[in-house]
Amino acid sequence: MSGRRKTAVLTEKTMEALIRLCGVSAVVFVFGIFFFVFREGYDLLPRLDYREFFTSIEWYPTSQNRVRYGILALLAGTFSVTVLAMLLAVPFGLGAAIYVSEFCPPKRRETLKVIIELLAAIPSVVWGFIGLTVMNPLIIYLFRVPIGLNVLNGGIILALMSVPIIVSIAEDALKAVPDTYREAALALGATRWQTVYRVLLPAARNGLLAAVLLGVGRAIGETMAVLMATGHAVHIPTSVFDSVRTLTATVAAEMGEAPVHSDHYKVLFVIGILLFTLTFLVNLIADLTVRGIRNK
Amino acid sequence: MISPAHTNISREIPAADAALPQGAARFTETPFSRKKMRSESAAEYVFLAMTLLLVAPLLLILGYLLYQAWPILSLDFLLTNPKRGMRAGGIWSPLLGTFYLVFLSLVIATPIGVLAAVYLNEYARNNWFTRLIQLAVVNLSGVPSIVHALFGLGAFVLFAGIGRSILAASLTLAIMTLPVIIAGTKEALSSVPQSFREACWNVGATRWQTIRAVVLPNAVSGILTGIILQVSRAAGETAPILFTGAVFFKAISEGDLLAYGLFDQCMALSMHLFTISTQVPDVPHALPYGTAIVLLGAVLCINAVSILLRIVLRSRKKW
Repeated sequence: MSGRRKTAVLTEKTMEALIRLCGVSAVVFVFGIFFFVFREGYDLLPRLDYREFFTSIEWYPTSQNRVRYGILALLAGTFSVTVLAMLLAVPFGLGAAIYVSEFCPPKRRETLKVIIELLAAIPSVVWGFIGLTVMNPLIIYLFRVPIGLNVLNGGIILALMSVPIIVSIAEDALKAVPDTYREAALALGATRWQTVYRVLLPAARNGLLAAVLLGVGRAIGETMAVLMATGHAVHIPTSVFDSVRTLTATVAAEMGEAPVHSDHYKVLFVIGILLFTLTFLVNLIADLTVRGIRNK
Repeated sequence: MISPAHTNISREIPAADAALPQGAARFTETPFSRKKMRSESAAEYVFLAMTLLLVAPLLLILGYLLYQAWPILSLDFLLTNPKRGMRAGGIWSPLLGTFYLVFLSLVIATPIGVLAAVYLNEYARNNWFTRLIQLAVVNLSGVPSIVHALFGLGAFVLFAGIGRSILAASLTLAIMTLPVIIAGTKEALSSVPQSFREACWNVGATRWQTIRAVVLPNAVSGILTGIILQVSRAAGETAPILFTGAVFFKAISEGDLLAYGLFDQCMALSMHLFTISTQVPDVPHALPYGTAIVLLGAVLCINAVSILLRIVLRSRKKW
């Protein structure tokens, strides 16, 4: 073997190894995230009173008398904001996806897609700022409630944040339905609305479900926007005008003050494990449903 | 891809004779067909209204923020440190901090992301392991940003002993934005025709030589799009840097581009916006709006560049 050949083989081998290494990096990082978040929190796991953790609404991590870690109210906060956001985002997101994919002239379609993409690019802290400075006074004025930082505010902001994901994935799903389906429906005399309603929606069902699930995942995990827009009341909301606090907002707000390796610090990591697991499951289900269509 | 048949459906129906209703138009109009027509146009307008309701907020919000921030926007605002407990001055220190974080996370994430995409597109076989990697990429982008923050705190700040610093924060940001680069690069690579690779193999090139000489150069603008999106994502993130390197306040020498060191803590625009709008009382009205508009403007401009690049790229495609 000549020297040049040898270097070529060596480069080939090194690069392939490097590429393979980077290829598995994503897996390593996901495991790494779980491992390190678990590592900081696991001490507390055997000592944690799980009944209190999941069923108590008393979150007093720094109480002098008796520290209580009940996350029920935080779960309710996350749940209420996410549900409201999805109630708003799913119909609008799917409606927009249907319009963009089926009704829209091609030129306008490009413009709308660009705008929706830009909507997705707005940083969450800016959304939070909008919640604080635009939505807050607006809600106070419109509904005559004392405070505008509440479930409604957070829900609307989160809806606007998760809509771009829902639109783009749902549009992909609709586009993936073969045109022969549309042509067959047209040949039978169906209008476009009938085609959408009777043919495309059933055919793209899995993809649309995945779009909704990814929207849910985004809404559960969102931090800064809900931290700024939902107020800071740890209690179970009874109306959309109640302030709440979500799991994510709690971690963001309290991690700065919790002394490293204290129980308070560890319980925040336990919440992190919970959030990781929740979003992991949501994403996994979304991925499996999408894969379901591909296999068909 | 917009297939021709699909486009025709959207275009031709409204172009049919305007006096005639659509669908069953050329036959006698019946109550049934009238009803069908009504529901058709109702559906179109409802969906259009839904779309506009999503698009309108973006423009309204932009306009409102710009209007509120207008009095304060000037070059001076960008180039002076925050002063008097953040109640005066500009945003120089956070602006430079964000620049450092974005640049460093870009340097870390780009090679890993591009090579990971090369692996997925050029090397990986269609088996369970590749599925696992794809699942991991999806999940990496789905993990909440606050969990990334906890990971950064646990892994880089404490375990690796880097401490709260620009480096730790950039590493966290890099891992968080990795999926953006992987997705963009993968799409760019898969749009390079297989025949290009085969031609290169036929003249005796190895796999890596083919990738370096043919595949990557042909995909470079697509890869660039992914990288630009990574920049915009990294610039806007707040939660991951909260506990890993961003600091409440730090004055640096104005106009000095090398004011931060790798192991210093820094201010960041996104965190600065959070602080002055929620933590500091009596901030002058225009200050947070000015910060928001600079952050938002930067992110939207970066995105616009990426979109423009994609459009130019598509129109120039040779194959």
